[in-house]
Amino acid sequence: MLDINTAPAASEEDDFAAILLEQTDRLLTHHVTPACLKAADDGAFPVAAWDAVSEAGLPLALVSEEAGGAGLSAVTAGQIIRRTAYHALPAPLAETLIAQALWTCAGGDAVDGPVTLAASGGAALRLSFKAEGAVLHGTLPSVPWGAQARFILLVAQDGDGAAHLVLLPHADRPVRTRRNVANEPRDSLTLADVHVDADSIRPLPAALADADGLMMFGAFIRAQQMVGAMERCLDLALTYANERKQFGKPIGRFQAVQHMLAEAAGQCAAAGAAAQLAASAWGGTHFPFAVAVAKARCGEAAGKVAEICHQVHGAMGFTHEHPLHFFTRRLWAWRDEFGREAHWQERIGRAVCGKGGDALWPMLVALRPCGAQD
Amino acid sequence: MQSFRFGFDHLPAEAEQVRQDVRAFLQAEREAGLFVPHRCSWSTFDPAFSKRAAAAGFVGVTLPKAYGGQERSSLVRFVVTEEMLAAGAPCGAHWIADRQSAPQILRHGTEYAKNLIVPRICAGECYFGIGMSEPDSGSDLAAVRTRATRTEGGFVLNGSKIWTTNAHRAHYLLALVRTGDAGPDRHGGLTQFIIDMSAPGIEVRPIYDLSGNHEFNEVFFTDHVVPDALMVGEEGQGWDMVTQELAFERSGPDRFMSDYRLLVELVDRIGQEPDRQQAVETGRLVAHMAALMNMSASVAALLGRNEMPNVEAALVKDVGTAFERDIPEVARRLMPVESSLDAQDDPFAETLADVMLRAPSFTLRGGTREILRSVTARGLGLR
Repeated sequence: MLDINTAPAASEEDDFAAILLEQTDRLLTHHVTPACLKAADDGAFPVAAWDAVSEAGLPLALVSEEAGGAGLSAVTAGQIIRRTAYHALPAPLAETLIAQALWTCAGGDAVDGPVTLAASGGAALRLSFKAEGAVLHGTLPSVPWGAQARFILLVAQDGDGAAHLVLLPHADRPVRTRRNVANEPRDSLTLADVHVDADSIRPLPAALADADGLMMFGAFIRAQQMVGAMERCLDLALTYANERKQFGKPIGRFQAVQHMLAEAAGQCAAAGAAAQLAASAWGGTHFPFAVAVAKARCGEAAGKVAEICHQVHGAMGFTHEHPLHFFTRRLWAWRDEFGREAHWQERIGRAVCGKGGDALWPMLVALRPCGAQD
Repeated sequence: MQSFRFGFDHLPAEAEQVRQDVRAFLQAEREAGLFVPHRCSWSTFDPAFSKRAAAAGFVGVTLPKAYGGQERSSLVRFVVTEEMLAAGAPCGAHWIADRQSAPQILRHGTEYAKNLIVPRICAGECYFGIGMSEPDSGSDLAAVRTRATRTEGGFVLNGSKIWTTNAHRAHYLLALVRTGDAGPDRHGGLTQFIIDMSAPGIEVRPIYDLSGNHEFNEVFFTDHVVPDALMVGEEGQGWDMVTQELAFERSGPDRFMSDYRLLVELVDRIGQEPDRQQAVETGRLVAHMAALMNMSASVAALLGRNEMPNVEAALVKDVGTAFERDIPEVARRLMPVESSLDAQDDPFAETLADVMLRAPSFTLRGGTREILRSVTARGLGLR
């Protein structure tokens, strides 16, 4: 579906990916400090962190080399997204990474970020072509960093019902800012006959036709992010359980605590496996099904992992001082955004029931990557 | 940082080719009326089926050709097993031998044992039971008391094993037995033996499960003699042996597909126009299953590389068996059908009844949920 055939061979990329992820971790550890996260909570954009990840080329990780990017696979891009969430990078790097990939695949040029993407689209946004360029009319609810991003990628429909991909440049226009429970900005924009250059419009690639606007790609992002944030919550809880002593021994020695953490580890592992299915399916016909599986499974795991990790941390984890909330609040926000579990579960259920019991097994088997790289 | 190895890459093309072969074989079996999917599972003991599956090359898939196997990768075997489970094939006779006994004997058994037993396993005509649990040693496996004492050319066994599935129809058990002192970590002094069920000094008594089925047994050893040649690993290495064996036992698709046929029946029973609750809850189960399929394939790949994924296997079984137990609960919530043991005209009611009565065992056999979580906790650095 999307042209990602320029990605290097698997083993070559594996080595490169390992180095890149290590660098990413180092960079994020350095920049995304508790002070940075607290400032972001108060609405500050982490400029230094953003400049650092941009300099490292992460926003263009999934853009082909011909289009000026790193040409990495979606599996590696998914891992980068997980790492940014492991550190709770309070900026739309994941959105930028995916939006740049989609825009360049549609024939656009890579741009200087941040770039965000809007979930809703299609009929809600009307595109009227003029002698020069077009005019965009409609509303965009809940756009991540909508007021701060330099571009918003969206899908709009023209008068004939044809869908277009639009890369809308930032401009001072009315924005109603809401913050999700992690204090990340989710902005509603009203577009009243906004002029768009012809350069900023591309026919919607056929592969994006059933992406529900760009909701499917937002769901892909949030699924990967939830895996990273869950891994961080579990790491924090394990550290705490080994340090905190009660009744004369670390609480991690108590079986009740051990079993809770083992359950959380199982949820993390299942979520990671589901998110990986979606990354592997990028560019293929099974991508919509895989994203539905990933968002549904990760969202369910996120609730459970957040619950368990808070329980293990006791009252300490409920304080603002302890960093746990930077990750659990994101889990609670992200599981709701771009379709909560029930949205995607229903979609899966309707597809499965529509085809009948015997069709389920081939569907499941097809979801898992196979054969291509022998 | 916690890190489990679930980085599954992809199934090899060879495995996908074999998938088509298994499907063709199973379809022919079904069309010939040789099994009825909704009445079978990997617990269904059907030697005739096992022999036909072996003749078609679907038993002993990973074992060397020199011992009658197919010498293919663990991921090929993985595909064979998941196709059998998905089809509801009656693969219970050869299941344990193929899954864990043969690979264990091949890795650690004597040449004599390998030649004696592995080719017959590959032919689908030699079946195994697992000799781990004892009356006073269930989850606390290190507490086994069945004792083997040295004799000329072998050992003399006395004691008993319990919950031994298929002991009344298996040719051998692979048993964990005490041969010395436990030592400070309690894991010493244990040795693994192949027990020939046709030899003297063995008595098998049935234990009927809650549905009245006879699958497991109690096995008594009275001066039963085991030759040295049937020792697996070295004397005193038994704990390491069972730990490795359990990685094979715990990670496969049988740990989340025991009642897959009920999910299939449920989807059919709901029909093409599900209401919202039916769609949501069915979709949830499917998402769980997709994730498990990926996790389990990851462990199969690790096993194939001889990495010992004990903790990952425990995670697959913990998450997988919770899923298995969820299916009948979801099914009865979504469809107002009363489960029935003999609803000949209603496979769904029959499958639901069968699964409901089996479900408690899912989170017990092969290591209870609690033991698995303790294994995981150790892997997380909590013990």
